[in-house]
Amino acid sequence: MTKIDAKIPDGNLAEKWTKFKSSVPLVNPSNKRNLEIIVIGSGLAGSSAAASLAELGYKVKVFCFQDSPRRAHSIAAQGGINASKNYQNDGDSVYRLFYDTIKGGDYRSREANVHRLAEVSGSIIDQCVAQGVPFAREYGGLLSNRSFGGTQVQRTFYAAGQTGQQLLLGAYSALQRQVGMGNVKLYTRHEMQDVVTIDGKARGIIARDSVSGALERHFGHAVLLCTGGYGNVFYLSTNAMGSNVTAAWKAHKKGAFFANPCYTQIHPTCIPVSGDHQSKLTLMSESLRNDGRIWVPKKENDTRKANEIPEDERDYYLERRYPAFGNLVPRDIASRAAKERCDAGFGVGSSKMAVYLDYAAAIIRYGKGEANKHNMYSPTDEEIQSMGKAVVKEKYGNLFDMYKQITGEDPYAVPMRIYPAVHYTMGGLWVDYNLMTTVPGLYALGEANFSDHGANRLGASALMQGLADGYFVIPYTIGAYLAAEIRTPSMSTDSEDFVKAEKAVRDRLETLMNIKGSKPVDYFHKRLGKIMWDECGMARSEKGLKASIKEIQALQKEFWSDVKIPGEIDNLNPELEKAGRVADFLELGELMCIDALDRDESCGGHFRLEYQTEDGEALRDDVKYAYVAAWEYEKQSIFKLHKEELKYENIKIAQRSYK
Amino acid sequence: MEGNLNLTLKIWRQKNTQTAGKFETYQVSGISTDMSFLEMIDVLNNRLIEEGDDPVAFDHDCREGICGMCSMYINGRPHGPNRGVTTCQLHMRSFKDGETITVEPWRASAFPVIKDLVVNRSAFDRIIAAGGFISVNTGNAQDANNLPINKDNADDAFAAAACIGCGACVAACKNASAMLFTSAKISQLALLPQGQIEAATRAQAMVAQMDEEGFGACSNTGACEAECPKGISIENIARMNREYFSATFSSK
Repeated sequence: MTKIDAKIPDGNLAEKWTKFKSSVPLVNPSNKRNLEIIVIGSGLAGSSAAASLAELGYKVKVFCFQDSPRRAHSIAAQGGINASKNYQNDGDSVYRLFYDTIKGGDYRSREANVHRLAEVSGSIIDQCVAQGVPFAREYGGLLSNRSFGGTQVQRTFYAAGQTGQQLLLGAYSALQRQVGMGNVKLYTRHEMQDVVTIDGKARGIIARDSVSGALERHFGHAVLLCTGGYGNVFYLSTNAMGSNVTAAWKAHKKGAFFANPCYTQIHPTCIPVSGDHQSKLTLMSESLRNDGRIWVPKKENDTRKANEIPEDERDYYLERRYPAFGNLVPRDIASRAAKERCDAGFGVGSSKMAVYLDYAAAIIRYGKGEANKHNMYSPTDEEIQSMGKAVVKEKYGNLFDMYKQITGEDPYAVPMRIYPAVHYTMGGLWVDYNLMTTVPGLYALGEANFSDHGANRLGASALMQGLADGYFVIPYTIGAYLAAEIRTPSMSTDSEDFVKAEKAVRDRLETLMNIKGSKPVDYFHKRLGKIMWDECGMARSEKGLKASIKEIQALQKEFWSDVKIPGEIDNLNPELEKAGRVADFLELGELMCIDALDRDESCGGHFRLEYQTEDGEALRDDVKYAYVAAWEYEKQSIFKLHKEELKYENIKIAQRSYK
Repeated sequence: MEGNLNLTLKIWRQKNTQTAGKFETYQVSGISTDMSFLEMIDVLNNRLIEEGDDPVAFDHDCREGICGMCSMYINGRPHGPNRGVTTCQLHMRSFKDGETITVEPWRASAFPVIKDLVVNRSAFDRIIAAGGFISVNTGNAQDANNLPINKDNADDAFAAAACIGCGACVAACKNASAMLFTSAKISQLALLPQGQIEAATRAQAMVAQMDEEGFGACSNTGACEAECPKGISIENIARMNREYFSATFSSK
C-alpha cells in the first residue's frame, strides 16, 4: 500500500510556513536557467505561477485550450477576493481567516495549508495593486471592502462585479511580460492529452494543437496542472463550456491520487434553468447577499406576483433560520435551504424551482442614506428610489444588467429569481504541503487541487487560493523538488516513453473518431449531468448512489459504442475535443458517486439524506470520517481508497452553527 | 420543440485559413426566445451532426459575457443588434419569426480566419506582451494602502480595464484599427500612479506592435465605441495619443 505523506512541516502552526521558507533548498540562478517547467492552464493559478517562476529564471511553457490565456474561466469570478488585512479595524486577523475557512469547510481541510493561505492573503492584494489591478476604492483613495458568506468581518476586496476579470488580467499582464521577454513560451489552442512519466517522475506532456490536430511532445523537469475544477461533469454549471477534468484525470490515471471527488459546491444564487436548450447556468455573485434579502411566500403554491405579496406574507427563511448570519450563511447552507423551501412547495416562478432575491429594501436604505448625505430633509419616494437605485447600480450594476439580459426582467423593479447551481469543486488532485501530487514532479494548483476548502468553500476564497498557490507558494515549494534535479539535463522527446505516450493518445482519438455511432457528444453529456444532479448533487443517498454507479457504467459503454463525431482528426474539431472531455467526465462521475457512497456522513457540500440533524442540518461523523479520501486508480471502475487523517491541533472541532 | 421562432441562417463556412469560404443557408425552427444566440447555433449544430454534416465552428467559452471569446458578426454588426452585449448574451427574443440572419467571422487581415467563424486574435496577446503591464515582479509590492489613489482616477482606470479583448472594435472599424483595444490598456495603466513610470515606453512599444500586426489607422468614426460590448470609451484613444505623442516628443 502506498503511504501518503502530506509533508507538513513540524512546529507551531503559525511558524510552519516561515520556517519552511527559510529551510527549503534553493536553486541558484544559473541552474534555474536550465530547468524547464510546463504549466497547463492559464487562469489565476496558472498565469500567476508561470509569471512568478519565469521571473525567478526558470524556462516556462504555458498551455491553454482557449485562443488566449486571458480567456481562462477565472475571468468570470465576480464578487471578490478575501485577505486578512484588517483595513476595516473590525477584528480580522490571519487566525480569524484561517478559522473561518476551516469552519466554513466543515472541518474537512488541512490546518497547515489553510493557515499558510491566510498568511499570504495580504501579499496577494499588495501584488495586485502594484500590477495596476483597479480595486474599488473609497473617496479617501484607500481600498474598499465588503462581506461574504460565512464571515462576520469585511475582508473582501473587489472590482465591481468583475473581480476575477481584473485579477486575471493582472496575472495575464505579468505573464505576457515574461512572454515578451522570452522567458515563457505560450501555446494557445493546445490541449493537454496526457502526462508523460519516466522512471516514475513527471517529465512532460503530450498536447494536441487544436487547429492542426497535430500531437506534440513537450519535456519539462516539472509539470504544473492549473486546470481548474470539474463542475461540468454535471453538464449544467456556472463553469465555462470548455472547463474540463481531462488534464487532472489523465494525471490520475498515471498515478496521481484524486481527493474528495464528491465535494462539490452548489452555489445558492444562480439564474434558474429556463428550458432544455440551456447550455450553461449563470451565477449572480454572492456579494448580492450583502444587500439583497432572500424570501419565498409563506403560502404554499402562491401564484401572486412578487410585488403583490405583502411584507407579512413573506418568509425570509434564511433570516428566520439563521439569525446570526442571516442572508450571509455559507453557500452549502443557503443552497440546501432554498432546495428545502422549493421541494416543500413554496418555490416561485413558472418552474416553481426558484426563490426571490430582493433589493427593494436595500434601494430604500441606500436612497435614504444618500438623502442624508446631500442634506435633503424631506425627500420624495421617487427621489429615494432614484438615488437608491444609483447606489445599487454602482455596486452591482453589471450583475443587474446581466440578469436583465438573460431573463428579460428588470431586477431594479421586481425581485430576481434565483436557484442553486453547480459552481465549484473542492475535491481535486491530492497534493502534499508542497502542492505536489503523488507523482513526483507533478503539481496541482488552484481549483485543480483539493487542499484548502474542505467540504465547502467560502465565497471570495477561490481567487485567494489560486493566486496564493501561483504567486506565493509554488515559487518556494517547487525548489524542494527541483534542487535535486539540477543535474538532470533536458531530455529528448524521442525517447520510448514519449513515443508510447503519444501513440496511446493517437489511438484513443482514432478510436473515438471511428465509433461513428448515432448520437452527438452532448446527448451523453446531458444524460450524465442528469444522473449526477439528481443523485450526487445537493442531496445524496446510498440507494441513489448505488443505482447511479450502475447507470454511469452503462452510459460509458453506450458512449464508446454509439457516439458520433463529425469532421476530421487533423483539423479544428470542437466535437472531437468535447468527446475526449466527456469520456473523462464519465469516468470521474463514477468515482464521485463511489466517494459519496463511502462517506457515511454529511459535511459541507456533501449531504447524505441518511445523516442529518432533526432540523435538517448536516450531521458529521468526526470519529469515522475526519479524513481526506484519496483515491488511487487501479483499472477501469476500480479505485483504491487511501486515507489521510485530518488532525486538528489548533481548532476545536465543533458542529458548525450559523444560528 | 421548445419555442416558435423559425429562422433562415446565412452562415460563413470556411474549411481553414488557406481555403476560400462562402455562405451556406440553413433553416432552424422551434427556437425559443429564451435561448441565447449561441444556444440557437448549438441546436443547428446538433442537427448537422445527426445529419452527418460538419457543424459550424465558432469560438465561445464562458457564455456569460466576460471571457471575450465569442466573436460573431451578425447582420453586419459585431455581437449582433443589441448594444453592450456579447453574442453569448444576445437572446433570441431580439429576433422576429421568419427573419433571415447573416453570420460572419470578424473580418480583419490581422485576424485571419481559422475555420468558419473562428479567427486568430493572437495579435492582441502580442500587443499586451509589448508593454501592457507594470514591471513589478512577484514579491516587490509595498502595502496596498500605502498608495492612495484618487477615486475618480481609479474609476476611470476600472472603466478602461473592463475591456474583454474580444476584437469587436476591430471588426466594427472600416480600417480594422485596434486603437480602442490598445488605448484601453494604455489608459488604465497611465491613470494609475504605479503605471506612470513606464507610461511613455509603454505607449510607444504597444503602438509599434499594433502597427506591426497590420491593424489600420483610426479615422475617428466611433464605430468601435458604439459596438464595444463593454462600453469602452474613445476618450481612451485621445489619452493614448497624448501619451504616445508626448513620449515621441520627449524621447531621447
